[in-house]
Amino acid sequence: MGSVAHLDVLPSPRGGGGIGARMKLSLVDVLLAEPEPRHCAMETLRWLERHAGVERAVCAVVDPDGGRLAGLTGLGVPSAAVEAFSLELNDRTHPLVVALAGNEPIAFHDSGQTLPRPFETPLGKAAFHAVPLGSSQQEMGPGLLLLSGVGDGPVNDDVLWAAALLGTRLAALGYRRVQADERRHKRERSLLLAVIHAVTDPILLTDADGRILIANAGAETLLTAGEEKREGWRHAVALNNMLFSASLFTAESGPTRRELLLVDPSEGKELLFEVLSSPVAIRTGENGIVSVLRNVTDLRRATEEIEENYRRQRLAEAATRAERDRLDLILNSVLEPILVTDPSGNIVRMNPPAERMFTLPGRGESRDGHPAQKDRALRDGEIERRVQANDAVFTSFVSNLYAGQSLRWRGELNLIDPKTGASIPVEAISGRLVSKHGEETAVVTILHDLTEAMEKARLYEQVKRHSEELREKVREATAELAGQNELLRRQALELEQASALKSQFLANVSHELRTPLNAIMGYTHLMLEGVSGAVNPAQQDKLTRVDANARHLLAVINDLLDITRIESGKMPVQAERILLSDLIDEVMTEVEPVIAGTRLAVTRDLPPDLPEIETDRQKVKQIVINLLSNALKFTPAGSVGIRLEHHWPAGEISIAVTDTGIGIAEENQKTIFEAFEQANSSYARRQGGTGLGLTICRRLASLLDGRIALASRLGEGSTFTLFLPAKSRTA
Amino acid sequence: MIAEKNDAPLVLVVDDVDHGREIFAEYLEFRGFRVATAADGLEAIEKTHALRPDVVLMDLSLPGIDGWEATRRLKEDPATKDIPIIALTAHALASAHDKARAVGCNAVVTKPCLPRDLEQEVRRQLAARTGAPVEGTAKP
Repeated sequence: MGSVAHLDVLPSPRGGGGIGARMKLSLVDVLLAEPEPRHCAMETLRWLERHAGVERAVCAVVDPDGGRLAGLTGLGVPSAAVEAFSLELNDRTHPLVVALAGNEPIAFHDSGQTLPRPFETPLGKAAFHAVPLGSSQQEMGPGLLLLSGVGDGPVNDDVLWAAALLGTRLAALGYRRVQADERRHKRERSLLLAVIHAVTDPILLTDADGRILIANAGAETLLTAGEEKREGWRHAVALNNMLFSASLFTAESGPTRRELLLVDPSEGKELLFEVLSSPVAIRTGENGIVSVLRNVTDLRRATEEIEENYRRQRLAEAATRAERDRLDLILNSVLEPILVTDPSGNIVRMNPPAERMFTLPGRGESRDGHPAQKDRALRDGEIERRVQANDAVFTSFVSNLYAGQSLRWRGELNLIDPKTGASIPVEAISGRLVSKHGEETAVVTILHDLTEAMEKARLYEQVKRHSEELREKVREATAELAGQNELLRRQALELEQASALKSQFLANVSHELRTPLNAIMGYTHLMLEGVSGAVNPAQQDKLTRVDANARHLLAVINDLLDITRIESGKMPVQAERILLSDLIDEVMTEVEPVIAGTRLAVTRDLPPDLPEIETDRQKVKQIVINLLSNALKFTPAGSVGIRLEHHWPAGEISIAVTDTGIGIAEENQKTIFEAFEQANSSYARRQGGTGLGLTICRRLASLLDGRIALASRLGEGSTFTLFLPAKSRTA
Repeated sequence: MIAEKNDAPLVLVVDDVDHGREIFAEYLEFRGFRVATAADGLEAIEKTHALRPDVVLMDLSLPGIDGWEATRRLKEDPATKDIPIIALTAHALASAHDKARAVGCNAVVTKPCLPRDLEQEVRRQLAARTGAPVEGTAKP
């Protein structure tokens, strides 16, 4: 055993198991119901695979004659390899024999290199654990589990538990336990014999030829008869021997359980026995069979019934369990509280949402990390009170159902959130569960949280009200708008009428002013012409002044009339295709007398390829004459120039009139286009301006879809530029 | 023809305003024309028929039968339709002028009007009627 030191022995302490009792119970159930050792072993290995992470495994058992350890079944291992796996128990230094004899799990990290002697297992060279199938320290188990995949450390308690359970079950199924040492073997052999003899059920060991090697009293009664027995007895014993021997034939390959009809030699009655036979190794190379007979003559029926009942019950239990599990799953997956009450009104089942409403949270759990004991006590008290209130409300509701006859009951309850104290309106729907026999079994209640629904209804009402208000407002606004429109229409009409009246008025004023003006100018002219006799130079001078003032007054009247006509839309645009160079010629001709009266240099700058434009000739002419007259008027010395340009791509044409005159201060440049605005009024009056020229120009330009721009510096001169489109929109 | 002292062209000046008549009548006489006057539309029609002037200067705003109506009647009458009529008006709006041309006025002159400019127009009308040059005071 010194070689053990070289082995990687990992004894206790072992890791604790984590497998639940239910899972363990399931393995127990399976093994108890399974009479076939190989299947038991396989079930255990699968269970370990599922719950303990075992990847590959072999279950090896000591063969019936106790001489060998042989593969019984495997998991993830070829069955041929399992069958081929075998080793002599006499080989006491074999590491697996050591493991089996020591009844302690051993971890083999690398079976090929670090072991004192190499050996092979069906698991190959992977690390594995050898776990004996024993439950006690005294006895060797009936075999070993070789497990790979349970980790490097010691195997945990769950694995040991499973191994022990399998060991116990295999032992129960007839696998002998191998005694650890011979002394104990001998002592226990005699003990065993004593036990065997003490058992009232017939027990016997037969050799390969069916000869009885050991038999207890019960067996001897049935199968042996001295010469002193009467003949009938001896016949009966002979018959029993024949029957028994014949039945043994089937037991040679492995443990069997069968029924055997024998004769009671003393009374000649038929007896039914249950015979459990297991092959055992008597000595190397020779097998015998141990048989235990159990008189089941009287018990047979009862046993059968019990078995049948037991089977049914187990099935029913399994079904119930599955049903309950399924129900739990369903209940727990529902987000709404569900409660099941028994006929006396006690709550017997709740899902987690219901638990939050009707149970106190666990005392042990720390909530919100709140350490203050007093606060928690206060809060717990509060929570308890709320839970009790909920319970009272619920109980009262359910009692309605029990009082009435209907199978379903619906109502609205007011519960309290135990944690926050918030009111939770719920709709409760209860249904009675009635068994086939009309017996009331339970009431199931589902609580539907109405908070959201009520909030929605409230919001809907609010939205509806707002929408109504909005509609009313829109209605009012529409009415108001209609009123305003009517007012505007009337005002527009009035304005139109007023405008027409104004135009008419101005036309009349113009007429009434022109008539006396005609007289003034006419008489002045008559005198100047000498119609009424010669006038002296002084008189002529004064008459000339009268004439000039009359002319100025006439110009003002004409301008006013123009503005009025433009404003009232009575200045129609008469567009035609014109060549601006021709038009400039006409303007120059007309202004020539004025130019002649100055000492200014007047220049013209016209590009040679000016295109025709479509516009109102008369109005353009009026504008240009006006701009040119202004330039001449307000330029005491220097020059005046007209410059035409064609602007691509829009085809716009500009006519710029530039002078070196008095210029216009920046602050006056904006207002200069307004009526009666002249930058320097006294000077302008001296120049005979009406104060309306630029106003008319700008309005005429806009009539033609054009515009007038001004660039000027006081004392340096001004440039007025008329921009005209290639084609007037109004044309 | 009611030819009188000489055969200078006869101009009938129609105007309800005294000074209107006086200024143009005085100036035209000064310039060698013969001048007759009328103060309203009816008188203008009667005198045109009676005197057969060479040119009528017709004010448009007249009491009773106005200048447009008087012109229309004269132009409708075969006996007077060839006599040139120059509308003489203080109305400055194109509409008034268009209306005057529509009823048959041969020209429209806006008041205030320099007597000299009016004389030019009278001579132009006389020349257009006779096909002769405008200059001079002589009438064929």
